[in-house]
Amino acid sequence: MNWTWFHRLGSPPYVYGLARRLTPWFGWLSGLSMLAGLYGGLVVAPADYQQGEGFRIIYVHAPTAWMSLMVYTTMAAAAAVGLIWRIKVAHAVAASCAPVGASFTFAALATGSLYGAPMWGTWWQWDPRLTSELILLFLYLGYMGLRGSIDDSQRADRASAVLAVVGVVNVPIIHYSVTWWNSLHQAPTVMRFGKPAMPGAMLAPLLIMLLAFTLFFVALLLVRLRAEILNRERTASWIPEVLRS
Amino acid sequence: MSSHAATLAGERRIAAGNASAADAGRLVLLRDLKLAFRRPGQLIQPLAFFAIVTTLFPLAVSPELSRLRAVAPGVLWVAALLASLLALESLFRDDAYDGTLEQYALSGQPLTWLVFAKTATHWLLTGLPLALLAPLAALSLGAPPQSLGGIVICVGVGTVALSLIGSVGAALTLGIRRSGVLLALLTLPLSLPVLIFGARATELAMRGDSFVAPLELLGALAVLGITLAPLAAAAGVRISLE
Repeated sequence: MNWTWFHRLGSPPYVYGLARRLTPWFGWLSGLSMLAGLYGGLVVAPADYQQGEGFRIIYVHAPTAWMSLMVYTTMAAAAAVGLIWRIKVAHAVAASCAPVGASFTFAALATGSLYGAPMWGTWWQWDPRLTSELILLFLYLGYMGLRGSIDDSQRADRASAVLAVVGVVNVPIIHYSVTWWNSLHQAPTVMRFGKPAMPGAMLAPLLIMLLAFTLFFVALLLVRLRAEILNRERTASWIPEVLRS
Repeated sequence: MSSHAATLAGERRIAAGNASAADAGRLVLLRDLKLAFRRPGQLIQPLAFFAIVTTLFPLAVSPELSRLRAVAPGVLWVAALLASLLALESLFRDDAYDGTLEQYALSGQPLTWLVFAKTATHWLLTGLPLALLAPLAALSLGAPPQSLGGIVICVGVGTVALSLIGSVGAALTLGIRRSGVLLALLTLPLSLPVLIFGARATELAMRGDSFVAPLELLGALAVLGITLAPLAAAAGVRISLE
């Protein structure tokens, strides 16, 4: 098997060009699927018999919550690759992931709070999922804080990569301990989304939105990755050539 | 400087490469203990901090023991967590500053093991004394006397995990100016499981119920920490030396 395509992924100019070519594809696909998902979710899907029209925020809330975890996993995987094989581009990917992931986490918390206000009658509930999500936000902030405080970029890359890997080991432990803590201290919260039987007309737009958000993340990541690579390679000789073309 | 001379002999043996890994770990542990006991004032600081924080709560909440009893486990654990965190900043700092860590990394001894020895010192100097001080604080917050033994065990086991998690944060923030807040930001979210199980075990102990289940989970966290944290902390130390 020919592995050159894989090795080229370690080269900043190649990845920069690749990201530039791929960005519009992911961007447009994400935009189109998001329109389809929103139409399905806001217009086609029937109102929930218990939650009425208010449940529709789930079409934004659930995908952002899903992305907050997926971005963290992507970040940690990229960080581990960078740490093990010392690939600079992998570190650039991890660095580009963090602010996007933190934004998704914040969006998930904000939409969750908006969702909770009419459904639970409260803006905030010490529910295990909300709490874990909040802690995930702190993990992102710690990661970005550590990266920001180290001046030397190689050291920043490697130190924050160790932190991302440590975090990924801890996320499940934190999640389960929070769940366990919650089940002891508080009456179970009614979390209607946990119901497996979601009618197809409601579920299909949700799946489309998940896809749309994933594509959106990839598009954002590619844009940020290009900026990150330009910043890191600003003294390299290939930059003027690429920027001129 | 005289404090260093006292342990030079041990360090020379490590440097000469004719000490086994176990010896090297023991020597590092003894050296750190010896250095720490030369500055008793610093040793007492985390304990004094713990005592003051637990004193703040009756003043802030209410002097009624019945109300304090309800928040006592949480107060004890938050105070222990912060006190342990306070002592973390100096875990590697002085040794990084005077080049000792660099010598450890070059000594041919497994750095993971030496870092573990340093972390063990941190526990012996903060975790263990905190565990011994905790019953006093608990008593003042309305814990029944028969629960005090359980509280010592819970805090003792839980602080092992705290020291280990903290060692990773301390190693990663080495060489950063004013790293204290960042260290808290990195360490506190990762310490949450310890806080949860620790407070739960303490609460059960105070009620006179069996606290074996959360204590076992604390033990599991400590064992997991012993297995993995020194590896990550040693990686962090190496990165800071690059």
